[in-house]
Order: sequence, then structure tokens, then C-alpha cells
Amino acid sequence: MSRNGERRLRVDWVRCDGYGLCGDMLPELIDLDEWRFPILRAGPVDRDLLHDAQRAADCCPMKALILEPVPADRRR
Amino acid sequence: MGGAAERLGAHVARLGPLPGDRRRDIIPSLEASGLLGRGGAGFPVGRKWRAMAERRHGDAVIVANGAEGEPASFKDRVLMANRPHLVIDGAILAAEAVGAGEIVLYVGGEHEAAVAAMSRALMERGDERRPPLRIVTAPVGYVAGEATAAVHYINAGDARPTTTPPRMSERGVDGRPTLVQNVESLAYAALIARFGEDWYRTAGRSETPGTGLITVTGAAEQQGVREIELGTTVGEVAAASGAGSHAVQAVVLGGYFGTWARAEDVWDLPLDPAGMRAGGLAFGCGIVGLLPEGRCGVTATAEIMGFMADESAGQCGPCVYGLRALGDATARVARGRAEADDLDRIERWTAQLPGRGACHHPDGAVQLLASALDVFGDEFNRHARMRRCSVTRSRLDVA
Repeated sequence: MSRNGERRLRVDWVRCDGYGLCGDMLPELIDLDEWRFPILRAGPVDRDLLHDAQRAADCCPMKALILEPVPADRRR
Repeated sequence: MGGAAERLGAHVARLGPLPGDRRRDIIPSLEASGLLGRGGAGFPVGRKWRAMAERRHGDAVIVANGAEGEPASFKDRVLMANRPHLVIDGAILAAEAVGAGEIVLYVGGEHEAAVAAMSRALMERGDERRPPLRIVTAPVGYVAGEATAAVHYINAGDARPTTTPPRMSERGVDGRPTLVQNVESLAYAALIARFGEDWYRTAGRSETPGTGLITVTGAAEQQGVREIELGTTVGEVAAASGAGSHAVQAVVLGGYFGTWARAEDVWDLPLDPAGMRAGGLAFGCGIVGLLPEGRCGVTATAEIMGFMADESAGQCGPCVYGLRALGDATARVARGRAEADDLDRIERWTAQLPGRGACHHPDGAVQLLASALDVFGDEFNRHARMRRCSVTRSRLDVA
């Protein structure tokens, strides 16, 4: 499905409780708002950040941060 | 439309019965008519019915959506209260066209005249041949009329939107393929079945053919629901409602999910769903809100933002905290109680809120606020920094 194994971060907003760990762990890709809810940088995750992105997803206490293949319809 | 609900005898005498021989051809007829859905999204009705009719399997359900949660809109409840049989005709037509075994009339419980009229109409129709039909009264709430929330409520008594697959066109009410259609769209379908697509297309002055129901609110002597030929301009609607251009400073189009515009910029704009979409505006469910001279646009916007924050379904953090904070900051500005960085906060939150939720509720609110900042920018500044309102010519910080 995903060309060149491109991956992106996605937030499950119903699960997310604003712990903000992801923003602390991965400031290159994730800002936090005043309430510590994430603001994701758009687009696929750079190859050299994939490992850190996966670690941030694994550490989310609500399992609300997801690293997943870029869906086919999001690429041109 | 006025007065009480039309009885079955009067309805049939006025329009004739729903013709049996046209029912088979109704989908091509709707497609050719150019009828667009009137719930807000404006999706072509014929295409929606065809997709449902061509499904692979399953006995379908029709939901006639008459839960009018948009606070500025009255056209659906007025239609149901006055012409209940036309709406029911449309629902039966949809059921026969797509092969549905059940019809649910989903009517806002607080629309009391509409519930009464639809219930009595159902009794009057007694033993006609049609799929089983029941009325479900919808709870109060802005999102209760959203299509997935309607299905969720009918199934489980919970009128919050759902975002998880499968889509309701595959598994909706009782797990069956479900077609949710606004009651005004159904009423027009029932007219097109009688008089044909060419008749429908004789009306319409711009891109979108036909006529439509709109709700005029604000600076008009005759507020309320009107049927217009699509393509009629904002200025013509205002004039017909008893509002002159000098009396209107701004217009909100499309409702609480819509857009503010300066009156002079949209006075000659045709109220035409296709044309408005091309211009980045929304016909939505047909709201024309006229803000009178002398009424403060900042305050009007703060009221809408407060309402939108109250109506959050409470499922997602950015909506729960961010939309509430936006509503509160806008209210402080409007009252002349702005904190030093409230305008900066409003700008920042308006930029960062969209797209961060399970549904588009905050996105719609933010779009309305962004248009307000554009149209009423000077007034926002004056309220926040000088604590003055030039519209009401008052100081705001003397309590």
C-alpha cells in the first residue's frame, strides 16, 4: 500500500488525554498546545526520525499516537 | 406556507396522489433534475439514491432527517409542521426507489408542532401500502442532526457522531444499509415525482436549478422561512423580508458553521449552492442572517462561539479545551474585558484548532471566527485595546 515504506503520525483524538509525552520526546515533529495536546507537523516522517517516532508512539500512555503507513489516497 | 398542518385530503386534492408509474423512473428523474441535498452538504440526491439502489446486498432503511439542530434554521420544522404528507411521500418514494424495508422519521423532539403534525399525518395514512414507518424524536443538540449521530441515536440512544467504519450506507440502522436524507430534499423529490424534472428545472436563475427553503434572521421585518428560486440574490431576499441595504452591515451565510461577509460584498451574490461553493462560501442549510446596523458583530460572534463551545460532544481535547478557550476569549473581548494577549491567543488558537478532532465541529466554529476576524477586525481591535464599541458607541469598561 505505502510507497517506499513512507509512514506518518496520527492522533486518535478520542483516546488522547493530553499527557504530552509525545511532544517532549519528539519536538522535531510534535508541538504541544497550552493543554499539552499534540500539534503534528504535516507530511510523512523523515527516515532518520522513524525510530524516535515509533518510540514516542510506544510510550503514549493512552495508545493514542499511531505511526502508520501513509494511506494511498493521501499521496499524489 | 402558513397555518396548520395540511390534512391528507387537502394534500391529495392539491397535488394528486404520488403517481405509481413514475416511481420506477424516479432516480434518473432526480439525477436530471439537479436536486441537491438540503441538509447542509449539498450532495446530489439522485446520485445518493442510485448508489444505495445499486448496493450489493441487504434490506435498506430510510431515515428522513428532520432534526434541525442549527439554531438559526427553521425551515425543516416549518415544512414538517405545514406539509407533513409531502415529506412522508418523499420518504416512501425513497424506500421504493432504493428497495428499503423500513422508514424512520427522525424529528427534533423540541419541534413540537412538527412532531404533532407528522404523527397525525401518519395516523391519517392508516392502511396504505408502504414499508413500516415509525417516528423517532431526536434529542436537543447541535450535533444530533448529523447523519452518523442520527443513526447512532436510533440504534443506541446516543446522539454523538461516530467516525469508525463501516459507513452507514453499508451498516447503519440495525446494521442495515441506511440512506439518511433531509426532509426538505424528500419533499422536493415527491414534487419531482409528480411533475417531472423539466418542471423542476424551469426554476433557478443561476447554476443550481430549482427552488429552496431558506431561513431569514436578524435585521428583517419579516424574519422566518421563505421559498426562493435558487439564484435569488442576498439583497433581493433582504428586500423581500423588509430589510434595506442601509440597515444591514454584515451577513452570515450558511449558519453557525458558515461565514461572515460585509453586506456590500454579498448584496448581489446569488443564493446558489453550486456557485457559492465555487466562491468558497456555503449555502449550507439556507441561513441568511442579517446583522443590523447598530448591532455589534463582535458580540454576535461571541454568542455563536459560546454556543459552539457548549455544543462540543466532549470527546476530543482540542475541542473541549481549545474551543472553550476560544469562546471565552472572544466573550472577554466582546465585553471589553480582554486580557493583554487575548487577540494573539485568538489568532493562534484559530490557526491551530482545525483538523484536530474526531469530527469537524471545531473546524466549522473556527471558520466562522476567522471570517469574523476578517470582517470585524477593526472592531475586535477597538474592543480589546480601547475597550470601546463603535457600533453601540459605548465604553465597555464602565460597569
